[in-house]
Amino acid sequence: MTPLQIVFIITAATTLGAAVMVVSARNLVHAALWLVVSLFGVAVVFVLLNAGFLAVAQVIIYIGAIAILMIFAIMLTRRIYSESSPQVNRNWGLAAILSIALFAGLAWMLGSWSGFSTALPEMSPRADPLRELGLALVSPDFYVIPFEVASVLLLAALVGAIMVAWERK
Amino acid sequence: MGDPVIFIANWLRDLLTGWGLAQGFVTLIMTVLGVVLMATVALVLDIFLVWVERKVVARFQDRIGPNRLGPFGLIQPLADVIKLLIKEDITPIGADRIVYNLAPIMALGTVLALWAVLPISATLYGTNINVGVLYIVAIGAISTLGIIMAGWSSNNKYALLGAFRTVAQMVSYEVPMVISLLVPVILARSMGLKDIVDSQIVWFIVMAPLAGLIFLVSNIAELGRAPFDLTEAESEIVAGYHIEYTGMKFGLFYAGELLHALTIGAIFSTLFLGGWRGFGASAFPIIGVFWFFLKAFFMYWVIMWIKYTFPRIRIDQMLNLNWKFLTPLALSVLVVTAILDKVLPRENLLVYTLGMLLANVLIVGITLQLLRSGARAERKRVGEQRPVAVPPEQPARIAQTTTTTPQSPSGVTH
Repeated sequence: MTPLQIVFIITAATTLGAAVMVVSARNLVHAALWLVVSLFGVAVVFVLLNAGFLAVAQVIIYIGAIAILMIFAIMLTRRIYSESSPQVNRNWGLAAILSIALFAGLAWMLGSWSGFSTALPEMSPRADPLRELGLALVSPDFYVIPFEVASVLLLAALVGAIMVAWERK
Repeated sequence: MGDPVIFIANWLRDLLTGWGLAQGFVTLIMTVLGVVLMATVALVLDIFLVWVERKVVARFQDRIGPNRLGPFGLIQPLADVIKLLIKEDITPIGADRIVYNLAPIMALGTVLALWAVLPISATLYGTNINVGVLYIVAIGAISTLGIIMAGWSSNNKYALLGAFRTVAQMVSYEVPMVISLLVPVILARSMGLKDIVDSQIVWFIVMAPLAGLIFLVSNIAELGRAPFDLTEAESEIVAGYHIEYTGMKFGLFYAGELLHALTIGAIFSTLFLGGWRGFGASAFPIIGVFWFFLKAFFMYWVIMWIKYTFPRIRIDQMLNLNWKFLTPLALSVLVVTAILDKVLPRENLLVYTLGMLLANVLIVGITLQLLRSGARAERKRVGEQRPVAVPPEQPARIAQTTTTTPQSPSGVTH
């Protein structure tokens, strides 16, 4: 076993364990903090895959923005010190069936995937994936239209947020 | 020669390989050793920083500062540490024990994590990832989380309110900070900190003084130091998010703040002051360490200078400064830099540098003009005669009851 595999197994176990804790923790703030651990584990997996940009973006967006927003929302809206909030609601049976079906489907798809046996391709040391990603995002041959559409969506959300918060006089 | 750290590292690597260890394990051991060494150096420096901070603030306030223990009071921080360690460790009733104990570790640990990407000399750096600048932003996001954890788990409403205030300040000042970080990235054409230092033949502070200023101001706000120390207010939220922490747990927050200040100085000098660049640093990398720490400590001194001379600003001023001044300014600096970078010839360094500098001077001029007219309008608004407060007209029913009940002498009902 190589050190890379050891690190991967520890990371994967932490990520999955934290994910289980997210849904089983009784305290909502604890659940949010476990979610942070889980998201951070995913970032570490990205690092192990040599995808530095994705890892850092994962931390900035999911931990820096979304998790903090969630924690704020929980603290401002619910009685945070109560340990007795119910863990499941009426739909737990349906949710269990759906998640089992999803897991089975994913497992079936991965079963017929040939990627497990192929060796990790070596990255050429000269290539800068970040530069290529940046060029691809603004190149007309690649993703400039999705990129611009996403920008317009964000701008619309920004304008909408200002309109919601606007104090009419 | 001139590079003893790398020499020792290579010797150790050869030794471990000679013992028959696999290449992967040698890399793992060397990485762990490097992390431990870097963290230890930073933490030992941190003890020393307590002395620096106290000595410098004493000079600013016309005092001598610690001078009893050892030469120049140098042993004072050790005494401080011992005092903090033997103090009673209190966990408030109802506190969330695990989160409560984890928060100070995160406060100091996130600062230590920043040192992973700082190039201390030409050959001495933790790692040169191609997203170094973004990494700094990401670590800042995690440190925000530590503060929320501290505020929430203390089971104290002042701590929670203080955490909210701190986080609001940190999240809002992240905006101009990230935008101003992009300017050196444009100038260096890379997000790796080592590449940014390598491309600073002319220090970036010359090409982008405004971006440097915005970065410094927003980082001081991020740090929560004066004049942005609204997170500590005796009359409203007492000490803020770390109100319940005692002994060494408080010490970790304090040490984290001091080390964060020095780290910001180090990041600033890396991005704008040429990092390890200096006389003889490229021939003998070990001299680069000296230049790096000299610049970092100079910027640390500047941060202290600002802290101990500026009065605290109000919370509305804090928000206005961020959203109405720093953010638009940073955006315009970014746009101008990006356009000029395309227009100016990069091969001719003199023209390029002078063009950038001139653009910055121009932006400063326009900004000052705008500020002046804004101040004039504000003075006019404040100087206007204000409407005199008049009591509201009483509704008919209340007016009737007051006339029928002569017990209330003033005729005012609440």
